[in-house]
Order: sequence, then C-alpha cells, then structure tokens
Amino acid sequence: MRSLKRLLEEHNLTVEEYQRIKKILGREPNLVELGLYSVMWSEHCSYKSSKVHLKKLPTKGKYLIQGPGENAGVVEAAGKAVVFKVESHNHPSFVEPYQGAATGVGGILRDIFTMGARPVALLDSLHFGPLERPSNRAIMEGVVSGIAGYGNPVGVPTVGGEVDFEEEFSHNPLVNVMCVGIAEKDGIFYARAGKPGLSLVYAGAPTGRDGIHGATMASAEFGQETEHKKVNVQVGDPFREKLLMEATLEVMEKNLIEGIQDMGAAGLTSSSSEMASKGGVGVELYLDRVPLREEGMNPYEILLSESQERMLMVAKKGKEEEIKRIFEKWGIEAVVVGKTTEDRRFKAFWKGEPVADVPVESLAGDAPQYQRPYEKPEIDEREDPAWAEERNWQKALLKIISSPHMASRRWIYQQYDHMVQTNTVLLPGIGPSVLKIKGQKEAIALTIDANPAWGRANPKAAAVLTVAEAFRNLACVGAEPLGITNCLNFGNPEKPKVMGQFVETIEGMKEALEFFEVPVTGGNVSFYNETQGKAIPPTVVIGAVGLVEDYRTIPRPERVEEGMGIFLLGWTGKDLGSSVYLKAVLGQTGGRVPEIDLEKEKLLQQQLIRLVREGKVAYAVDLSPGGLLPNLAEALFHIDIGAELSFSTREEEAYFLFGESPSRALVFAPGELEADVPVLKLGTVKGQDLVAYINGRKKLDLPLKQLRRSWESLFPSLFDK
Amino acid sequence: MGNRKIRFGVVVFPGTNCDRDTYHVIKEVAEEEAVYLWHRERDLRGSQVVVLPGGFSYGDYLRSGAIARFSPIMEAIREFAEGGGLVLGICNGFQILLEAGLLPGAMLRNKGLRFICRFEELEVENAETPFTLLYEKGERVKMPIAHIDGNYFIEPHKLALLEREKRVVFRYRENPNGSLNDIAGIINRGGNILGMMPHPERASEAELGSTDGLRTFLSAAKYVRES
Repeated sequence: MRSLKRLLEEHNLTVEEYQRIKKILGREPNLVELGLYSVMWSEHCSYKSSKVHLKKLPTKGKYLIQGPGENAGVVEAAGKAVVFKVESHNHPSFVEPYQGAATGVGGILRDIFTMGARPVALLDSLHFGPLERPSNRAIMEGVVSGIAGYGNPVGVPTVGGEVDFEEEFSHNPLVNVMCVGIAEKDGIFYARAGKPGLSLVYAGAPTGRDGIHGATMASAEFGQETEHKKVNVQVGDPFREKLLMEATLEVMEKNLIEGIQDMGAAGLTSSSSEMASKGGVGVELYLDRVPLREEGMNPYEILLSESQERMLMVAKKGKEEEIKRIFEKWGIEAVVVGKTTEDRRFKAFWKGEPVADVPVESLAGDAPQYQRPYEKPEIDEREDPAWAEERNWQKALLKIISSPHMASRRWIYQQYDHMVQTNTVLLPGIGPSVLKIKGQKEAIALTIDANPAWGRANPKAAAVLTVAEAFRNLACVGAEPLGITNCLNFGNPEKPKVMGQFVETIEGMKEALEFFEVPVTGGNVSFYNETQGKAIPPTVVIGAVGLVEDYRTIPRPERVEEGMGIFLLGWTGKDLGSSVYLKAVLGQTGGRVPEIDLEKEKLLQQQLIRLVREGKVAYAVDLSPGGLLPNLAEALFHIDIGAELSFSTREEEAYFLFGESPSRALVFAPGELEADVPVLKLGTVKGQDLVAYINGRKKLDLPLKQLRRSWESLFPSLFDK
Repeated sequence: MGNRKIRFGVVVFPGTNCDRDTYHVIKEVAEEEAVYLWHRERDLRGSQVVVLPGGFSYGDYLRSGAIARFSPIMEAIREFAEGGGLVLGICNGFQILLEAGLLPGAMLRNKGLRFICRFEELEVENAETPFTLLYEKGERVKMPIAHIDGNYFIEPHKLALLEREKRVVFRYRENPNGSLNDIAGIINRGGNILGMMPHPERASEAELGSTDGLRTFLSAAKYVRES
C-alpha cells in the first residue's frame, strides 16, 4: 500500500490541495478521481500560478472576435476570421525531440481547426543550447525533423519562425509552435457543451497509454532521471491528423455539432469537463465505449491518456449517425462515448459501475489559484561593455553573420514545406511571412519573436522590446497589427525570483500592448523550464498577426534595383548591452538592454506603414537583433546586388553599426525618402561588393559572394557532414 | 471551339495535400474546368486530363505512393491512360505512377536524406509533349520542389532507353536530390503520362515567385482542345 504522501507526490498535488479535494467531495477521492484533479489542477491545465497576473493584459481591440479562454484567439482581417495561437511543447521536446516537436505541431493544429478554421500557416520559436555540444545538436536536429515530419504531411506550410541559442537551454530547450487558420466570420466553433441531453462523440485515434500525465510532467522541474519520462511523451500520426482535420471541417460545414474540443493535455478529462463547464452542464462518460489501442487499459488510464489526434464533439440532436458517416468516409472512427446532463457533475462509468463522480466546476473552473510570492528580479544595468576592443568592422561583420545567432536559417526552413496551399507571398528568411487570402487583395502578415538575452537582463524591458519588434517587423511590409498571441516560458514559479520575472514580464507586455492598443487573444504559459535548479532565462514569445492592404505592392527584395538608395530611418542610441555583437564578437553576455521610447517607436512604425502603402519602399528590414550592418548584409543577400555606402555617424561607430536600438529600420527606395522621423541616406545599391566609407575612412570592402558564403555555411557544416 | 473549357480531374487520396492548390490553379488561373475525383470512385466524371497531385497519400508510411496504387480510381486511370488520355503526376502523384508501373523507375530517398522545399531551375528537355508544347526546348524554368523521396533511379539500360527516346522532359540544372541524369520529370513511351517532382501549381502565380509552371496545365488544355 502506497502511503498518501507518496501518492500525492506521484500526482504532483500538495497536502493542501488534497484537503481541498476532500472538502469538495465530502469524502476521500478514489484513485481515478485523484488522477482527475492531478491533471486538471496541474499548472499546465489550470494556470494556477499565472492566472491572477494574466488577467492584467489587455484583451479588447477593434479587430477582436474572440479573446483568451477558447482553443485559440480570433481577429477579423479582410472580412474573414483569423484564428491563431502559440503553444509550447518544451518538456516533451527535451525528452524525445522528434516526437515532442511533432506532437507540438499536431496539438496546435487541432486547436485551430477545432475552432472551424482551416490552418494556413505554422511558425516556430525554437531555443537550444550552444551547438558546440553534440547533445544540443541532436536535440535541434530532432526538433527540426519532427516539425517537418508532422507539418509537411498535414499540408500546412511552416512559413516562418526564429531560432536562437543560449547556454541555459541545453537542458530545457524551447519549442513554441504557432498556428494560424482562416474561417468565415460566422463559422467559428466553440468548446461549449450547449445543453443537457446531447451525445458526446469521440472521433480519431484509439486511446493508448501514451502521454499519461503529460500535463503533470510539464508542471514540474526535471531532475536527473528525465530519461524515464519517455513513456510520458505522445507519439504523433500526421496522416491521421490530416484525415481528422478534413472530417472535422466537413461536419462543421454541415453544421452537425454544437461544440467541440480537442483532446490535448489531460485528454478526455479536460475536453469533456471544460466543455461542460462552459456550457453550464454536466457529463457522463461510458469509458468502456472508448476505442482502445491497447488491451487491459483501466478507467484511470483512459481518462488521463494524452494519445494524439483525438476530438470530442457535442453532437446536435439526432445528428450522431451523419457525423459517424462523415468520419468513416475519411477512415476515422467516431463513437458516442457519453452525454451531457443537467446536474453539472462529471461522472465516469466502467461497464455500468461509477468510477468517478465529482462536480464539473471543481475540475475545470475552480482549480486553485495562487498568488505566489515574488521578488523583484535583478536588472542588469551595466553600461559600456567592452565594445571598443574590436575596431575591425569587417572582421566583426563576418563573425556575426557566421555565428549561430545570425547565420542563414535556410538549412532549417528548406526542410519544411513552406509553399503548400500556394499562399506564401514572402518566403521564409526575408521578413515577416505574408500569406494571401485567395480571391482577395488583402493578405495577412505573421511574425514570431523572442529574445531571451534581453529577458535575462531585464524581463520587463524585454517584453516591451519584443512586442515593439514584432510590430516593427509587420510594419516593414506595411502591415498594421491586429492582435497577438504569446507564450511565456519560465522556470519554477514556486521560486519567488522566477515569479518576479513573470510578474515583470506581464507588466512589460501590458505597457506595450496598451500603448499600441493591440489585444492579447490567448496563448500559453510554460513554467518549470528548469533542470536541477537551473532555470532558463525568462523568454516571452510574441506571435503577431497583421493586415496587409494589398499584397501586390508589398516591399520585397526582388523590387530592389541597382541604383536605388539605402536609407536608415529612426534613432540610434547607445545600445550594445546584451547584443548579438557582444556574444558573437567578444563572447560576452549581459549588459543593459536597449532603451525604447514607445512614442518614437510608434511614429517609426506609422511612417513605415505609410511609406509602404504609398508605394515608396522597395524593401524594408528591421535592424534588431544584430544591428545595422549584419541586417544590411542579409538584405543584400536577398537582393543579390552589392552596395556602396558612405556616411558619417554622430555616435560611436560600434553603436551605429551593431547596436540594437529599436525604433530603427533600413529602407531601400528609389529617389529620395521623406518621413517624419530622422532619415539618413547611407548609400546606393550597386555592384557585387559591400563597400563602406564610414566617417571618411574605408572600413569595409568585401565581395558579397564571400560574405554570403560565411552566412550560409554554419548549419550545413554542423549537420550535413 | 477555341474557347471550350477542358475538364481536369484532380485525384484525392487520403493524405493528398496539394489537391486544393492544383484545383485552384486549373480553375482560377488557367481558367479551365476542375473536378475532384475521390480515390474510392471508379468514374473519372468526364475528365479530359487527370492530375495526381502532391501530398502524402496514406501517410507514405510504407513507401511513397505504394498504397495509393491499389485504389479503385487507379484502375479507371489506367484504362483512361491506355486509351491515350492525358495523366499528370506531380510529386507524390509521380511516385504513385511509378509504383503503379505506369512510368518506369523508382524513387529513392534524397541523397541528403532530408526533405527539401525550395525553388529549382529546370531545363525543358522535350517541348513536344502534350504537357510542354507551350515551352521552348532548352528553356530554363523555375519551379519549387518539396519532397524527401525524389531521387529518381532506374536500371542503366532503361535509363539509356529513356534518354534515347527523349522521354526525359525536365532536368534539374543543379541536382538537389541525387536523381540519375538530373531527372526531374519523365514521360511514358505513349507520350500521354507525365510524372514530375517539381510543383507546377506552385509556380503559376507571379506573387508566389514564378509563373513558369502554369504552361504545364495550359499546354495540356491546348493539346486536348486541338486534338
């Protein structure tokens, strides 16, 4: 007989939480019920540490259709509903990189098509430990092939993303996946059970033992025995997902269901109890009817399994058979496994015998919420890092563009099908993703951004800077932001220091979003990214959706011609702290993060959008991270013409060339450029070399070809030996 | 007579994922007629050209295209092709045609063992097929590839025969996957079944980076219209 203490430990519940369960039930819970509370009250499902803070974020906006609380957020764009969300699959991706990442893609796809939207794009934010270490290379290789191995067959293009490297991610890599879908405005479906007396239809893969307690695993630190957790990682089947998606979209189009929820974390338990909670009803589940993949599974396992590619639907009255026929056409099993009831209780039966009976609200609505103690994090304010040590800008540029932070990501994104669906107007690597909406001149622009180096130095400022950067990326294609989704990646929230980082991050996001008047539509919090007491740097990942008025006129490298001017717009500060330059050239981390003046930032973005919409911009790029020179070089690689630059700087050259001041952008345009922000002409698009005279002295003279080689070689040389 | 629309049948296997793209290009860009053909059907619904689009039929878990060839629709397609009907297999569609024996050879895993999605430059080797009559021989065209099994293999003597009979239709300028003789697309001896790894439907609208693929569909329509 296991002791209670041991049992609670295994279920990741505290003694206080156990007491609370006893009080709710008026008796001791049985093992099945304990399992239910364990998953539903896990950090992953209940947001018990974050909820009180997440409430502070702005969730209203003029384009908003659906804010947080559903499977995904929804904004209006060009008369359509754009459904989007980002989610983490960090813990599983460390334990089993390929399947962890693959099922992360699967899960977020289901969140989108569960809302009635056809997924049109995937983006990823990936963070790994340094690639010098083979274990980190293995994780990265597994994650990239997992994303490809799932996203490619499903037929949803992976159109963009970001990848970066910091020491702390060696034991806790970040795999955050964003999915975007498009639906008709009146075609959105919600995770609500409607009314009592309706059938619950289970559709998709049979239930196996995989992923039991996945949500609980994602709610605890890793120790040394993480290898043993492999059994907790689910296995993905993209082929089945594709069929499930087509069938689900078809039953929605034929209007056969009241509500729907995918069986993600905490599987059958969360999908049924959450729909019941939102619909104000109860549920009865007949577990012996659930299709099973393995013999001898018990109610506990069936309720907690996180097997992939499964959906739970509330059928419209009398539509059960029609639903089953559609799923059958797509080769997917669909079975009635329960019904909604009046009594607002969650009841599960096994061959007629009750095995669990608890109030629905106690699982889905009334999980404990904690105001965890927090302390203000230390802010790294160190000024004047040793930037002066390297004065050879040519050498510095080569080091930066060949470093993992800036090297070409082509090795990664060419493993992803980024063109399927024939909407991809801007290919990966060029700027934000721009996707057509067929039959319309409007398009959506997408970006996903994060900067853990900033987060490490100053969590609040990092949040402000990351939001600003995301919107600046959108402005480079003339897109106005409609809404964001976010993934907040942190260490153990039971530690006041980590909680302090979280609270500060929320403050920063709130400040920036309120200023730009853009809402959060949903997202995900991933805590416990911590191994043997070492936490990741606080990492806020922002996924933003913007509206392009006319995709035919967006700036793109192909529009740039020899003889066009190269202009720097905006303001340069003394912002080399925590920069790529410090890391890649001097091997240093830390230092004060860039200063940002939101008024200036907004002005710059407005001017960019105006210039683009007036057709005056051939191509525009954001300069952060990396700064002016590396981003200019990268732009030239896309343009495939050289440049001759000649300019003077008021600032120290290092700040100007490599500083990461926000509120700056590089613009390629014919003729002269006028804007209500400082404009400096740097030079002209010309020839096959990058030549620069800075403050009267020749500082750069390199063939573009040579630069390109340095930029392109890193990932192939590491992975394709 | 000259404006009569040609009907293209777009085959949908479970796991096909370029069906909607191909349908879209045929209907909205090429401005011809398009119908979907479900894999369990045996009726080609009056299709004058049959297209097997790209994707991962049946998940490609066994071998790319290995299971799709047993579908009922494949029998109808075989009959249609035997009667001289035009059949175009793109990417996974090409793999299915190989597995079904309608085209010779086999696809191996890419030489780098990774999935590759990118634009490739191709050379049109044969501009006299029904699918390439709007191209020039030797013309260089840009179309994307997106596959992990695109490394074309065939026995040496059959390869020599293919070359001799001018049945290599598209060749990569820079071989991305290890294909023998840089082969990107081949046609059957009857000249009515084309298989190609590059995706012409992804290169049919200027904003997507190339319109070079559109003429594959336009050529087929012109051929049918004029025959």
